[in-house]
Amino acid sequence: MATKIYECIELIGNRIIEQKDFLTDLDREIGDADHGVNMARGFTEVLAQIPQDNENIGEVLKKTGMILLSKVGGASGPLYGTAYMQAGKVCAGKTTLAPEDGNAIFEAVVAGIQKRGKAVKGEKTMLDAIIPAGDAYKAAIESGASAGDALDAACKAAEEGVEYTKTIAATKGRASYLGERSIGHQDPGATSATVTLEAIRDFVKG
Amino acid sequence: MKKLINGVDNVVDEMLNGMIAAHPDYVARVPGTEVLVRTGAKKTDKVVLISGGGSGHEPAHGGFVGEGMLDAAVAGAVFTSPTPDQVYEAIKASECGKGALLIIKNYTGDVMNFEMAAEMAEDEDIEVAKVVVADDVAVENSTWTTGRRGIAGTIFVHKIAGAKAEQGAGLAEVKAVAEKVIANVRSMGMAIAPCTVPAVGKPSFELTEEEVEIGIGIHGEPGTHREKVSSANATVDQLLDKILAEGIYNDGDEVAVMVNGMGGTPLSELYIANLEVANVLAGKGIKIAKTIVGNYMTSLDMEGFSISLLKLDDELKALLEAPADTPAFTQK
Repeated sequence: MATKIYECIELIGNRIIEQKDFLTDLDREIGDADHGVNMARGFTEVLAQIPQDNENIGEVLKKTGMILLSKVGGASGPLYGTAYMQAGKVCAGKTTLAPEDGNAIFEAVVAGIQKRGKAVKGEKTMLDAIIPAGDAYKAAIESGASAGDALDAACKAAEEGVEYTKTIAATKGRASYLGERSIGHQDPGATSATVTLEAIRDFVKG
Repeated sequence: MKKLINGVDNVVDEMLNGMIAAHPDYVARVPGTEVLVRTGAKKTDKVVLISGGGSGHEPAHGGFVGEGMLDAAVAGAVFTSPTPDQVYEAIKASECGKGALLIIKNYTGDVMNFEMAAEMAEDEDIEVAKVVVADDVAVENSTWTTGRRGIAGTIFVHKIAGAKAEQGAGLAEVKAVAEKVIANVRSMGMAIAPCTVPAVGKPSFELTEEEVEIGIGIHGEPGTHREKVSSANATVDQLLDKILAEGIYNDGDEVAVMVNGMGGTPLSELYIANLEVANVLAGKGIKIAKTIVGNYMTSLDMEGFSISLLKLDDELKALLEAPADTPAFTQK
């Protein structure tokens, strides 16, 4: 029987693969038209390679990160690869997660992406979705919300973050070559990060 | 989409194998990877040069593997940086104890993937140095952006650092000369018609019959602006103006010129462009020591070209003139 963590990764992967053309079209506007293609290639490999029966969340996340790192390429490969590997470190040895663990995962993911991408919030990147999502999750958990409700808040913040990326010019990544011309377009990386969070929420809420 | 391929998933694999079939004396594939190395026994006393990037720029980068230029080239998916494990395989397959220089074009993905590979190699006590080529003047340089893109000027880095390494220089010296090239090379390109990435199936942007895109990169990413198509001379003048505005190339200087095709433009048009480059530079008292015209850093089937200028000193000139023998660039 497939483990919970496998099913969660499977849902994320299927959502990313479903959104392949949409993500690529977004990237065509302000990048190099490969984000969806690359992410879908990576998750197709992830779904083919990760074990369905391993309950060790840390191991499954680390393996997912390593596959993305070696299959996605571009900037998304190192960034998503780092994100999953950092999340895997936080979950090392765990077979279940408490709602509070989500805070540590968000923190590790944000720190990993910032270090690898040398970016901060407000540069029209995936961080513009993930940082506010992490903040919203933490605030919700601190006020006693369930993991599912906290993830609802996180997804709402991530979606707002995607909307925010439409209003700013890119200063990191390939879209930065366009400068002001990138305003008006939503960031593909922030979008795929939001697709990921929504899949996690939908999985947790069943 | 009309393309001479057997399936979008086979493009890189079959391209690499086809290159090997054409040049078995020059390049061989590291088994199970998208890495090309020089044919024959591993070198024993030489800094190795490794470059690479997304595919779709042929003959870059595998075409420059050989005597006097690269030791290994890593091919990513079309227009997508190769992954760290592949770059690491290239380092392992070629490095022989004197260190490896990674020649990276300035794209967010390339820099991250090559950096991760360098970290992996350093963990194995392999000495690695990196240089990042950022020669495209179309993109404004600023601490607040990713910075300028690396385009055709990269070929000069391959050539000159490659010659230095072939002479037996150490890693620090090879890196220093590569950085000298990077400091003195500037490029700018334009497109008449877009390219189509096989896996995407449609053109990366659209231009009407009357439009051209100025300041284009080498991945179909948009340029600085669109304008009405004009003559070859007017187009060359515009690109050169931007390059010369850098203030690097002045009366009495000696330069190397590259007029690089994007893949879909005939050589005849590249030579027409080159004539204007030669005339403009002569008019400004800039002496041309060497001219290279052809398809060296392409962008699939894009129609267009780029101009690169490299200011030479005695060292760079001698290294540029040194012998090279690779599938795509040979001189005695």
